[in-house]
Amino acid sequence: MTAIEPSAGPASSSQLARERAVGVVQSFGAPIVLAIVVIVAAFSFPTFFTVTNLTNILLQSSFLLIVAIGMTFVIVTGGIDLSVGSVFALGGVLAAYASQWGWVAALVVPLVVGAVIGVIQGALVAWGGMAPFIVTLAGLLAVRGIVLAITNGGSTTPLITDPVLKGIGQGGFASIEWPVVIGLVLLVVGIVLLTRSRTGQGVIAVGGSENASTLMGLPVARVKLSVYVLSGLTASLAGALNAAYTSSGVPVVGVGLELSAISAVVIGGTLLTGGKGSLVGTLAGVLLLGVIQNVINQVGSLTSSVQSIVSGGFLAVVVIIQTVLSRQQRL
Amino acid sequence: MTVQSPSTPATTSTSPVLQARGVSKRFAGVTALDGIDFTVLPGEAHALMGENGAGKSTLIKVLTGVYQPDDGELALHGEPARFARPLDAQKAGVSTIYQEVNLIPLMSVAQNIFLGREPRGFLGLIDHRRMYADARELLGTYGIQVDVRRPLRSLALGVQQMVALARAVSINARVVIMDEPTSSLETAEVETLFRVIGMLRAQGIAIVYVSHRMDEIYRVCEKVTVLRDGRVVHVGDLADLPRVELVSKMLGRSVDAVEKRGATAFGEESHVSEATPVLTATDLSRRHQIDGVGLSIRPGEVVGLGGLLGAGRSETLKGISGVMQLDRGSVVIDGQTVRSGSVPAAIRAGIVMLPEDRKAEGIIPGLSVRDNIVLAALPRLSRAGFSSRRNQDAVVDVFMRRLRIKASSPDQAVSELSGGNQQKVMIARWLAMSPKVLLLDEPTRGIDVGAKAEVQALIDELAKEGLAIVLVSSELEEVVEGADRVVVLRDGQVVTELTGDQVDEKHLLDAIAGDGAATSTAAAASTASDAAPETPTEERA
Repeated sequence: MTAIEPSAGPASSSQLARERAVGVVQSFGAPIVLAIVVIVAAFSFPTFFTVTNLTNILLQSSFLLIVAIGMTFVIVTGGIDLSVGSVFALGGVLAAYASQWGWVAALVVPLVVGAVIGVIQGALVAWGGMAPFIVTLAGLLAVRGIVLAITNGGSTTPLITDPVLKGIGQGGFASIEWPVVIGLVLLVVGIVLLTRSRTGQGVIAVGGSENASTLMGLPVARVKLSVYVLSGLTASLAGALNAAYTSSGVPVVGVGLELSAISAVVIGGTLLTGGKGSLVGTLAGVLLLGVIQNVINQVGSLTSSVQSIVSGGFLAVVVIIQTVLSRQQRL
Repeated sequence: MTVQSPSTPATTSTSPVLQARGVSKRFAGVTALDGIDFTVLPGEAHALMGENGAGKSTLIKVLTGVYQPDDGELALHGEPARFARPLDAQKAGVSTIYQEVNLIPLMSVAQNIFLGREPRGFLGLIDHRRMYADARELLGTYGIQVDVRRPLRSLALGVQQMVALARAVSINARVVIMDEPTSSLETAEVETLFRVIGMLRAQGIAIVYVSHRMDEIYRVCEKVTVLRDGRVVHVGDLADLPRVELVSKMLGRSVDAVEKRGATAFGEESHVSEATPVLTATDLSRRHQIDGVGLSIRPGEVVGLGGLLGAGRSETLKGISGVMQLDRGSVVIDGQTVRSGSVPAAIRAGIVMLPEDRKAEGIIPGLSVRDNIVLAALPRLSRAGFSSRRNQDAVVDVFMRRLRIKASSPDQAVSELSGGNQQKVMIARWLAMSPKVLLLDEPTRGIDVGAKAEVQALIDELAKEGLAIVLVSSELEEVVEGADRVVVLRDGQVVTELTGDQVDEKHLLDAIAGDGAATSTAAAASTASDAAPETPTEERA
């Protein structure tokens, strides 16, 4: 019996080695760059590598991390969710309003509303066959409008007095704040979900080839719906936690947050075209953005506009590298 | 256990595993399938043959639940069955292996095999180790050893197809439909596929095999059903059917009724030209498509390309016109080599092509007749990026009159014209470029008889004016009567060239079938249909 060896195909052994190298760069590129930036920053600024500063970076990044976890699932299916910034703001405002009925309500109300928004957007994408970009762009505008409507045009900022809720936002375990803990727990749950469950494999498959997934009998529409629900949940939870952290539901927060989340996900190595993604990469992407901001703040003489330029430059480089690498793999 | 042992004895039952009974399918009034009876027995390899538009693809789509039959029914093991979706057919045991592998390229081999039914362990989480082991074992039974953790796309196409096959069979397939499974495989991979087909048949799994490669059909299959114009024209054992006869049944031309002439509007005289060739193509090659095709055309000459679907006719035209990137070979026009793989370079050199699929690759339906005609010529009608309406109108007027394009005005949208007039608009577009060589791929497909005659007369006329023309047509008589010379292709290679008196249907049929002399003229009386084979739908196998 003759066996077909992989080398019988277009992939020769040198190609295989190159392919592996490309795979490593794609999967671990963001963590490697993060490590380099951290090391350089640690030597350049004495105030950088201190417990206070590092936990501060973690806390500042935790809200974006939670949003980016949901966003990773959406992007892996080949979709996009532009509404997360508005849902984040709505989550915060609702949490602050609902905190008068206790901290449980302050968490449950935003989550329910976030899920409903996800169901509506997901249904339009999955069964309506509409482009995710347009559906969630409409979501971005509409939800921001709702936020302004329930806060008198943004002039009202509901405050949080509930001590338990404030504790969730501001307290912590040892020197790590609860939002960081929650973010990391969600990350682990997300990793297991994406790589070890049938649902997660379905998410990857739908992003890889919707047509083939349909022919293989996967529930394509249900998969699509579920990722938008997940993204609605994570965005509103992050908003509620952010409100707990600041003791108030500020209506104007989260503007442009969707772009930061997308950047973090893509920098982390998730393909914008779907079918391949890594939540570890997303964590690295989120931290990379956080560290860059922190370093620029350390320099002091630089303004926040420089931060945008650096982040944008990073994103561009990552996308270029990704494109080049995936072309290499296809050869 | 998902892995089936190949040593399982064949099912001895002879009741059909899958049947189509009187299945008809119509699209917008065009009948694609007309009362088809198709029976597949367990463990048999059944070839499904037919030329473009015969209804093969439509039948496959009905059998696999992509389309619903308008009339008639399907039966599984004798029981009536309805497949509302491809998934229903799969669950019932009817799987399809497509020409383009329908798996997820970025996911691993094992993930692809077990997607949606991964082995699970602790907490309902996927047990990767078991999944990899099962995948290895399953592929091992077919003699395929690959790293099942590698992404599918890093593997050779043949291996990818084996993975698709393994997935299909492990989901308990009873019938596997293979649509052109070998079209992109290497020789060694084809052998593996055939070996696996043998193993599947030994397990009682039936194979429906669709291919244009005669050698494969005769090697793999025992039964054949031939479709033509949406009807079954022949069912029987392949062993009793000589190749020439099979081809004649597919083309609808009986072997000894092909002497007759004059069914087309082409002129009688053939102009044998001694002039130096305007275009010489040598060694045109592209992996899996064409292999060392050479061709030369003189001014005023119409060269036909003969061969079955998939023989490399359209690919040859695409190679010459720069639409398809070539691995090897050169195109020389008037002593100058044309840069290969570049459409603009080919057009500048005077080579233009009328594509096979007029709707998808030719006309721009929303634009007017005028805009469609001047589209390609715009750069030469423009000065500094602007083109004057008067210049355009002059050109459009000349061609509308010369080609007798029937439109209410140059401003009418092309989508409102008949197929024949759309085709003329396409020809006008290229004539406006004053080409030297015109490549025509199925110029009369899907247009009515009157318009067909006009287009054929026009081809003659253009050749007389000195244009060099290459004509591809799946209608034998169109090639034979339209062309002065016929170059015959089979499996991507030139097998012979017919000149002078040889240019008739009999010689062409023999050359296409490719088993030497036409020995079986006696058997030809069986189906003597003289009707010009109209192609009812434009479909791709």
